[in-house]
Amino acid sequence: MVHVKIWGSLRHATEGKDEVEVEAANFRQLLDQLSTKYPGLRPQIERGVSLALDGRIYREAWFTEIGPESEVVLMPYMTGG
Amino acid sequence: MALDSQAKKVFKQVGTRPRRPDGVDKVTGRAMYGADATAPGMLFARVLRSPHAHAVIKSIDASAALAQKGVKAVVTSADFGVPEDLFIRDVQDNCMARGKVLYDGHAVAAVAAVSDAVAKQALKLIKVDYQVLPHVTDVDEAMKPGAPVVQQGRTEENVGPGFSENVTTYCEFGHGDLVAGFAKADRILERSFKTAATHQGYIEPHACLASVTSDGKADLWCCTQGQFHVRNVCAEIMGMESSQLRVTASEIGGGFGGKTTVFIEPVALALSRKTGRPVKMVMSREEVFRATGPTVSSSMDVKIGMTRDGRITAAEAHLRYQGGAFPTGTVTMGGQSAFAAYDLEAVRTYGWNVMTNRPKEAAYRAPGAPMAIYAVESVVDEFCQHFGLDPLDVRLMNAAKKGTRSSYGPTFDAIGLIATLEAAKAHPHYTAPLGPNQGRGLSCGFWFNFGGNTCVTLNVNSDGTIGVTEGNPDIGGSRASISLMAAEELGIPYDKVRTIVADTNSIGYNDITDGSRVTFSVGLATIQSARNAIKVMCARAAKIWGIDEDAVIWEDGAAKPSGPNAGDFEPMTLAEIAAVSAETGGPIAGHHEVNADGAGVSFGVHLADVEVDPETGATKVLRYTVFQDAGRAVHPDYVEGQMQGGAAQGIGWALNEEYIYGKDGRLQNAGFLDYRVPVASDLPNIDTVILEIPNPGHPYGVRGVGETPIVPPLAALSNAVSRAVGVRMHELPMSPPKLLKAMNGKG
Repeated sequence: MVHVKIWGSLRHATEGKDEVEVEAANFRQLLDQLSTKYPGLRPQIERGVSLALDGRIYREAWFTEIGPESEVVLMPYMTGG
Repeated sequence: MALDSQAKKVFKQVGTRPRRPDGVDKVTGRAMYGADATAPGMLFARVLRSPHAHAVIKSIDASAALAQKGVKAVVTSADFGVPEDLFIRDVQDNCMARGKVLYDGHAVAAVAAVSDAVAKQALKLIKVDYQVLPHVTDVDEAMKPGAPVVQQGRTEENVGPGFSENVTTYCEFGHGDLVAGFAKADRILERSFKTAATHQGYIEPHACLASVTSDGKADLWCCTQGQFHVRNVCAEIMGMESSQLRVTASEIGGGFGGKTTVFIEPVALALSRKTGRPVKMVMSREEVFRATGPTVSSSMDVKIGMTRDGRITAAEAHLRYQGGAFPTGTVTMGGQSAFAAYDLEAVRTYGWNVMTNRPKEAAYRAPGAPMAIYAVESVVDEFCQHFGLDPLDVRLMNAAKKGTRSSYGPTFDAIGLIATLEAAKAHPHYTAPLGPNQGRGLSCGFWFNFGGNTCVTLNVNSDGTIGVTEGNPDIGGSRASISLMAAEELGIPYDKVRTIVADTNSIGYNDITDGSRVTFSVGLATIQSARNAIKVMCARAAKIWGIDEDAVIWEDGAAKPSGPNAGDFEPMTLAEIAAVSAETGGPIAGHHEVNADGAGVSFGVHLADVEVDPETGATKVLRYTVFQDAGRAVHPDYVEGQMQGGAAQGIGWALNEEYIYGKDGRLQNAGFLDYRVPVASDLPNIDTVILEIPNPGHPYGVRGVGETPIVPPLAALSNAVSRAVGVRMHELPMSPPKLLKAMNGKG
C-alpha cells in the first residue's frame, strides 16, 4: 500500500483524512486509484495535479515507480513565470 | 538524470563567461523582435477596447468602419466559435469579449486595414452599444456576498459557503497542531497586509504577424515565451490541425512570465483568414497595461508564534488573491511558498483565488510567492525587533534543511538555504554601519523550479562544428548556457557550438519557457543528446579502427581506444570523425526527448539598505546584495543578471509600482510615466553572491535561477524601510505619499 499525503483543502473528498492509502506501483495507478476510491478527488485530478516522490516533484510521468517506503505527496499542478 | 557520480567534476566550459551569442544583434539593432516581422501585402490590425469595467455588449455595428477606404475586415466574437475546453475558452474570451466586457481594456472588435493609420481611424467608426454593469476591482470587496459577479458558475467544488461567486478556488496546506504550537509561544503576532497588482514591465509590447493561406495552412511569428503553447491554443481556437500552423518565436524583449500567454494571436489569425492577407498586430504600451496580465493583487493575514529566543512555534496565513476577470490558480503557489523557508512543527496556509473586473492575471516570476513571503518575512522581522534578536540568527535557527518536512508537504532533499544564510551573515554588507534615516532589511525567498517537456537535437556538422536546436525562447541567456553544456560534454571549445530556437514544425514539443526550467531541462536534454552523439562517434571510430564499439572511449573531444588491449590507434577528434561521416554511415546527430523532473527547489537571501527622506517619504536604495543557490552556475554572468534583474523588479514592486483604479473601474496609470518602474539611476549596483549546492536531479547540478530573486525584495525593502523610519509598513508599494502618511501618523 502507498501512503499518499494530500493537501488540506482536499480533505472534504477523503472523509477528513490528510493521508490516504491506495494500492499502486506507479503514478498512473495511484491517480486512477485515488479517483476510484475517492471520487470527490476526481475534479481536482482532472484539473491537474503534481506528485512529489521522496521530495522530488513530478508534474506528469505516469510510469514513475513508487516504492513501498516512498513518501508520496499530492500537490496542485505547478506553473511558473 | 541524476547528478553525475564524479565526486568533484572538473568543468572546462561550464562556469566560464563567454561573450553572449545575441549581444551583437541586440546592440546593433539587427535582432528581429515581434514587431520586426513583415510580409508582402501585409495589413495592419488594431483592436477596439472597452471603456467600461463591466458591461453587456448589446450590439456592435461595424458597417461604417467597413465602408472606410482601406479597411479590409473587422472581427468580433461572432467570428469565433465557442471552444469546449474551458481553458481555451477563457483565452479566447480574453482575446475577444463574448457577450460581456469584463474589464477596462477588454477587446470587443478588431480591424485590419492597409495602414496602421487607417486601422486606427476605423476603430472610431465602430459603434458598440453597452449596458453598463456594477463592477468590483478590490479583492476583499469582490469576495463579499452581494458583490457584482464577474462570471457565474466558475466556483470549484471545495470553496465553502459565505462568499460571492467571484471566489473560484480554495486551498489549504500544512501540517501539525496549530493550537498546541501557539500555546508554546512567548508572543503571538497577527498582522494584515496588502500588495498591489504589478506588471511584468517588459520592454517589448506583444506583437505578431499572422498569415493564413487559402489552403488552410498558416504561419505565425510572435514574441512569446512558448511557441508550442501559442500553436496549440491558436490551432484549437482556429479549428486547425497543429501541423498546419507553424509558430516561430521572435527574439524577445522581456517576458518574466507575462509572455506565457495568448492575447492577440488568434485575432490576427482570424483577420488574416478573413482577408486572405498577412496581418500584423502590435500592441501599444497602453494596451499592454490595460489588457495583458499583471500579477495578482493580494490581501493577507499572517499569524506567527515565537519563543523569546527566536524559535517559531506555529504559523498560519490567510491569502486572498485577485487575478482579474478569469479564474486563476496562483494562490495555490503562494500558499505552498509562504513558509517554505522554515522548519515548522505546526503550519497552515489557507488561500482563495478571486475574480474581479481587472485584466486576466498572467504569471510573473515565481507567481504567487513574492506577496505571501513578503507578509511572512515582515512578521518574522517584527519579532526580531520585539525580542531584540539578530534577523539572520532567527532565520538560521528556523531554517528548512535536508530532511525538513516542507510547509507544502514533501520532505526536502539537499537544499541550500542554510549555506545562503551563512553567506549573508559572513558578508561585510551585513555589519556595515548605517547613518540617520537609514535601515537594513533582509528576507528569505523560495521558488519550486520545475522541468517539463523538452526536445533537443544536436547536429555534428562535417566541419567539426555543432548545431544545437531547441524549442524554448531564450529569455535569460539559455542559448549561451546550452552551448556551454554541449561544449563541455563534447570536449570542444564553446565557439564551435551554435544553439538556435526552432519553430514548432522543426522540433518536437517543448513546454513554455517558464518555471525557471530551461537551463535545467534543456541543459539536461542537451547533455544527453551530446552523449548520444558521442556514442555514434565512438561507433564510427571503432568501425574505422576495426575494433569493438565498447573498446572506444570519449575524452577531451576525441575518440580513443579504451586501453592497450583495444589496439594502438591515434585518437580521432570530433572534427576528424565528422569529416568522414558521409563515408562511415551518414550524418551524425544526437537527440533527446524527455519530460524532465528533479528540478530542485531554490532559496535566496537578500540584504537591502535604504534611506528614507523624512520630508518627502521617498526611499533610496543605498546598497543591495543577493545571495542565491544556483546549484551550478553554467554562465555566471547570466546567473548574476537574473539575480540583479529579479531584485530590480522586486524593488519596483516594493517601492512604487501599482495598478491604480478609479471609482469607475478604469485603470488610471496605463503608461510608464504614471506607472513607475525603477530605472538605472534609482538603483545602486546590485551585488551578487552565487552559491553552488549541486542539485541531485541534474548531471551537472544545475538549478533554475530565474524566479527566486524576485521573491525576497518585497520584504527586504519593507523591513529596511520599517527599521529606517520606526514604523512598520503593511502595504505595498511603499510609495512616498503612503510612507509619509505612516511616518506622520506614528505620533
